[in-house]
Amino acid sequence: MQYLALIYAEDGAGPQYDTPEFGAMMQGYANANKAFQAAGVMRGGEALQHTSTATSLRIRDGKTETMDGPFAETKERLGGFYLLDCKDLDQAIEMASLIPSAQFGTIELRPVMEINLPE
Amino acid sequence: MSDEAVLSARIAAIMREDRGRLVAALIRALGSFDMAEDALQDASERALVHWARNGIPARPDAWLLQVARRAAIDRIRKAQRHAAASPEVLRLMEEDEADRAMDAPEIPDERLRLIFTCCHPALEEKTRVALTLRTVGGLTTREIARAFLDSEPAMGQRLSRARAKISAAAIPFVVPERADWDQRLNSVLSVIYLIFNEGWTAGPGEEPIRTGLCDEAIWLARLMTGLASGEPEIEGLLALMLIAHARHAARFDPGGGMIPLEEQDRANWDAGLVDEGLALLDVAVARRLPGPFQLQAAIGALHVQAERPEATDWAQILLLYDRLLALAPSPIVALNRAVAMAETGALERARREMAALAGALAGYQPFHAATAELARRAGDAEVARAAYAEAIRLSQSESERAWLQARADDLADSRRM
Repeated sequence: MQYLALIYAEDGAGPQYDTPEFGAMMQGYANANKAFQAAGVMRGGEALQHTSTATSLRIRDGKTETMDGPFAETKERLGGFYLLDCKDLDQAIEMASLIPSAQFGTIELRPVMEINLPE
Repeated sequence: MSDEAVLSARIAAIMREDRGRLVAALIRALGSFDMAEDALQDASERALVHWARNGIPARPDAWLLQVARRAAIDRIRKAQRHAAASPEVLRLMEEDEADRAMDAPEIPDERLRLIFTCCHPALEEKTRVALTLRTVGGLTTREIARAFLDSEPAMGQRLSRARAKISAAAIPFVVPERADWDQRLNSVLSVIYLIFNEGWTAGPGEEPIRTGLCDEAIWLARLMTGLASGEPEIEGLLALMLIAHARHAARFDPGGGMIPLEEQDRANWDAGLVDEGLALLDVAVARRLPGPFQLQAAIGALHVQAERPEATDWAQILLLYDRLLALAPSPIVALNRAVAMAETGALERARREMAALAGALAGYQPFHAATAELARRAGDAEVARAAYAEAIRLSQSESERAWLQARADDLADSRRM
């Protein structure tokens, strides 16, 4: 079962750039990546630029409308993700608890839906 | 009763008794909560028809399991055209074959997995409670809805959402590994204790199903002692509930009024339950792995062992609360500890410690009731009056409100004297 681990944190939560704590966090991410690889669950993962760089779009009456900013303006912002292929939710929780941002933010685990698209 | 009514009562009784085992066996084979529930539902409907015609079979549980397996095969085949080769169908057919070869098929008891799955921390607490009562305890959705003062459709929705989540998020049907054992066991025990407390707070005028929750919780804890033996916290929880439940009949007067512990007629306590609880606590403590439930049971034991209220060993109770607070710190434990401290004579210190909890326990009725009692003892009528009023405002039970009101009125009288 694949799980998308969505990494949420408030602006300003967690260590500041250029501090030893920040270095430790990055090391923590490197360690998490290695652990995911070693467990054979890693299917992908990226950090995202700040929500101020986001563009949202929708199509209404056949016209594409774009908006500056994220879809939902919330205090906790999506800052990155992993796609993990785990045996069950217990393993997914065990893996996601290695993500350093869980220390100050929240990781949401969403099972990926399997759908068959028409050819 | 008509024959059909007799039969459906009989089927309900069998389902009540064997439901957990049957669901667990089916989940094991099907890998799905939803499908297991549907299959068992099909089987109980067919039982009504077949048993009316041919009588109740020698092994109703084995009959239900077999019919449920076949119903599941049918459902899977209908849903997927190429399901003949699906692993679930093959497994069900194999099990079916194996059972038919035996006179008295053994239904493996997978209820421990079932309980751990129902109490998985990825589910909301209230959902864990409802799912455990429904799946392991075999209560109907309607009964659970009544017990928790919820509507039946809302409870039904909660249960089906939970089963869907277990499937979709792949919450595993396993007994947790050693590393997670303590935490996950604690989640199960907390669910059982929540069920007990819900029954405990129900007044005598309420639905019997609500007070019946105490028996349900005790039944679940007994089941747990059988499924995972040698766990002192399970024994501790069971002892705690037995000792509390022993006082059940003494808690209310004939008019339904609440009688506090120190005014209860100790002759009305159930000596059998007390003895069983105390013996169980001894067994648990001898394992030398103390835990919060054992400590709470030990506190309960000291209360019931006192021949008169004045003989209660409050100094020992205070020590136990100290340990409990160290092991499982919470404002509610701190509140109970302060109450015990006041009983040992340190009234002013107890009041200070209690006052420090005001922020954390502002919405907790017993905090205000206890604050009022200590203020009364200290002769602080003003604080007592305000605290009684707040406790009455927050109380959920008619008999409790009446008791608090009487205490508050008594306060006004004594001032006049």
